[in-house]
Amino acid sequence: MMTSGIDLKYLTISQANQALNAGDYTSHDLTQIHLDAMAAERNLNSFITETPHRALAMAEASDKRRSKGESIGPLDGIPLAIKDLFCTEEILSTAASRALDGFIPSYESTVTNNLWNAGAVLLGKTNMDEFAMGSANVTSYYGNCINPWKASSGNLVGRDLVPGGSSGGSAAAVAARLALGATGTDTGGSIRQPSSFCGVVGLKPTYGRCSRWGIIAFASSLDQAGPITRSVRDAALMLAEMAGFDSKDSTSANLPVPNYVESLDGNIKGLRIGIPSEYKLGSMPDEIEDIWEQGRNWLLDAGAEVVDISLPHTKYALPSYYIIAPAEASSNLARYDGIRYGLRVEGEDLIDTYEKTRAAGFGDEVKRRIMIGTYVLSAGYYDAYYLQAQKVRTQITNDFNSVWKQCDAILTPTTPSAAFAIGDKMEDPIAMYLNDIFTVPASMAGLPAISIPAALNKEGLPLGLHVIGPAFTEQMVLRIAEVIEAAAEFTASPNINNIAAG
Amino acid sequence: MSLDTNTVRRIARLARLHIPESELDPLASDLSNIIGWVEQLSEVKTDGIEPMTTVVETAPHHREDIVNDGGNSSKVLSNAPDSIDGFYTVIKVIE
Repeated sequence: MMTSGIDLKYLTISQANQALNAGDYTSHDLTQIHLDAMAAERNLNSFITETPHRALAMAEASDKRRSKGESIGPLDGIPLAIKDLFCTEEILSTAASRALDGFIPSYESTVTNNLWNAGAVLLGKTNMDEFAMGSANVTSYYGNCINPWKASSGNLVGRDLVPGGSSGGSAAAVAARLALGATGTDTGGSIRQPSSFCGVVGLKPTYGRCSRWGIIAFASSLDQAGPITRSVRDAALMLAEMAGFDSKDSTSANLPVPNYVESLDGNIKGLRIGIPSEYKLGSMPDEIEDIWEQGRNWLLDAGAEVVDISLPHTKYALPSYYIIAPAEASSNLARYDGIRYGLRVEGEDLIDTYEKTRAAGFGDEVKRRIMIGTYVLSAGYYDAYYLQAQKVRTQITNDFNSVWKQCDAILTPTTPSAAFAIGDKMEDPIAMYLNDIFTVPASMAGLPAISIPAALNKEGLPLGLHVIGPAFTEQMVLRIAEVIEAAAEFTASPNINNIAAG
Repeated sequence: MSLDTNTVRRIARLARLHIPESELDPLASDLSNIIGWVEQLSEVKTDGIEPMTTVVETAPHHREDIVNDGGNSSKVLSNAPDSIDGFYTVIKVIE
């Protein structure tokens, strides 16, 4: 779409910032064109709530600052989409659950507050899996979100594909050029997997890098907010504003926020990149193995060393995740009892009210995880399941700690496949869980990891590469990611109206 | 390990989830599959391994013991199902 000299097809946050500073157009223009694109692509169902009035008011305030020479940084006037897991003051915040029907927070999450203080503009709240539990955005109370990408050949032609999950709406909105960037949250892969499926960049920072305050909790020892963008540079720009110490989150890291953009110097000479043998699955499709090999060669060409490494407990990461995350979820979601806010279904007595409220408020996947979590924490099973899973988690973390003696970062594929069709993998929860097989280990160890679009497969769907680093090495992870981005030259975009018209 | 319908009924009660009788069997089968799959963890040797408590070690921080927020009763009550004189009112939750 071309209006007022704005071409959404190629625009990034850093380019938009330059254009705003040069006076080529205003934040109002930029915001309006995104609101129009959102309205034109409502069939994707990537937003639960659109906030056009708030967006235009924020854009006008930004334009006023800029006209007085008081721009407050690279995100000033940049329209963003926010995952509906972040509480936003006076704006419906649902976690895509009926349980939070009509919930309008009277407070703002720290991460979104940081973004507004940096001048960013709120376009709306994006669709997601209910309470961030899912890998296909099919568990949302508000209906599934659709991936803007379509298969160009093969048996997926003509079918709507999933955007991945749980941050499916955020990834779809960024891929479809409905927002310049978006926030996501990642518990076991919920930023990286949808970013891979939608051909965009998704960064999960180190656990504690971004405050969790005001983010509706799923699994508190794993949840972490991060950016979803169309370039690595944009991810660095957004992270710089999202990150930082927050006294309201006791697990927030009390460390200075480095200048992430400055560290993008393209120099990875001498860095040792680990290739973990345990990630080579017998069932891995050739296209995934090929892109992984391609990524390895790109890094070699850029002067990095490549070393074979072993992370022996990799295969246990997913099963231990599916004990720990549901256990924490069953505890976190105990608060949705219908008494103080959100949905209430009256029953015959108090217990019946609780049970009916929660049965009506939660969808099938959320109920399944609450049941698993309650079971593994119940008397007689706690040691065998929960405690054992926490010991395995220690060993997964120890694996990473010992491997950092041999390498500086790790390269893997982001996902074991490209996007699949809506409705597939629905019968078997474990088949759905396996989507996160490459992303969960870094989550279990709290490590920073990023997905970068690397290529299209033969069906014309995006595939991502995944870089993992030691705790708090986001600068290096972003630098490696930008080298991959430059080598991959991924310029494809989904063939949808608001892009095709440009 | 497979979960029978009685176990599922008991867990549903603990989790305060109303599960209709007709859904207990399919749910028991779903949960049994998941529990059966996570049971592979029992083959991991964990002798002498401490269970994870903090994934990324950060120094605990203290804040000044001062009042830094408050006076927001109308905001706090904005999601209340009902309120009287600045107090939250809910259905009777103590028998």
